[in-house]
Amino acid sequence: MKLSDVKEILDADVIVGTEKLDMEVKTAFGADLMSDVLAFAKAGSLLLTGLTNSQVIRIANVMDIAAIILVRGKKPPVETINLAKEFKIPLLTTKYILFETAGRLYTKGIVGCLEQVEDHRANN
Amino acid sequence: MNIETIAKELNLKVRSGSDRLKNNVTGGYTGDLLSDVMANSHEGDIWITRQVHQNIVAIATLKEHAGIILVNSCEPAPDTLEKANQEKIPIMVSSLPAFELTGRIYNLLSKKD
Amino acid sequence: MAVWNKLKITVQTTETENYLYKNSFDVEGGNFNNAGSVSTNIKSILKNMGLPNNIIRKAAISCYESEINIVSYARQGVINLTVTPKTVEFDIIDEGPGIPDIELAMEQGYSTADRQIREMGFGAGMGLYNIKSSSDIFNLSSEVDKGTFLKIIINIP
Repeated sequence: MKLSDVKEILDADVIVGTEKLDMEVKTAFGADLMSDVLAFAKAGSLLLTGLTNSQVIRIANVMDIAAIILVRGKKPPVETINLAKEFKIPLLTTKYILFETAGRLYTKGIVGCLEQVEDHRANN
Repeated sequence: MNIETIAKELNLKVRSGSDRLKNNVTGGYTGDLLSDVMANSHEGDIWITRQVHQNIVAIATLKEHAGIILVNSCEPAPDTLEKANQEKIPIMVSSLPAFELTGRIYNLLSKKD
Repeated sequence: MAVWNKLKITVQTTETENYLYKNSFDVEGGNFNNAGSVSTNIKSILKNMGLPNNIIRKAAISCYESEINIVSYARQGVINLTVTPKTVEFDIIDEGPGIPDIELAMEQGYSTADRQIREMGFGAGMGLYNIKSSSDIFNLSSEVDKGTFLKIIINIP
């Protein structure tokens, strides 16, 4: 689907990247831990997170994340917005919690960006 | 819908609280920030997270969650398990990442309401 | 053998001949606003060199987690990047408290991170494990109250 569809489904506000709403997205990754984004997120995915600090943008940039959806109506600080503009990464915010955000997108056909994590990969 | 049905449908491995699988699930909460889960989740939620620290049991107990599902094949730490069994909190493990698991549970919950 | 005068720590580094690119990047401990900017820079350098995407990805993961570790725990540090036709290598040196028990630090889920680090989305005890998983050679050594030296090599197939 297009990023504009994601915006519709999530009733989201576009903070950065209105010119990129035609972008195609197929996969998503949801996490509040940046180490998990580094370990598991695939290039071209949507990143759904409750974090708003500038790390989110920097990591999205190095991992080639397509767009970031901030959940729970989070308003990012200005440094985060500026960095998203600098790296040209679309930044959207939705009022829905991560559970609802992931549920809605999954129902409309967005899939996870990996099938499953092997047991040996993440034994704590 | 109870925990047992969700565990069966989604092939979850039950690690604690196996005597509480009839707990009714009324909603879900996905998140890894403990302060956020503390502030925003609800009683009866199934909590989906990748945190394995024993604090998750304290939060699930306090917020009266129906249970906890650990994603990405993360296993609960030994003291987490011990505490979960004491507090009778079901902890289950899924090999799916949070997005995918949340999507499937969301669909299960909306189907059988 | 190189002495990092600036960092008051001595580490064994091997001089790599025949490199395509070599540079040093300073990382300031405790500066959370800039954390990740060195890795961002390094990633674009590797991209401009035309390295394969999976190599860039591994390098980015290793470098980012290492940078976060310096910012989170050390007073200051240096990330040395060397690219050869066959490898991407990092010598990551910091001056700080060091790691008393490396085996324990390597365990997934083990962390000494404070609240600030956790609220940034790090400190879940995954960093070193992520670096190790993304690299072909991972050598971690440390001296308590002095600093830590991490050598990472990623092979380019």
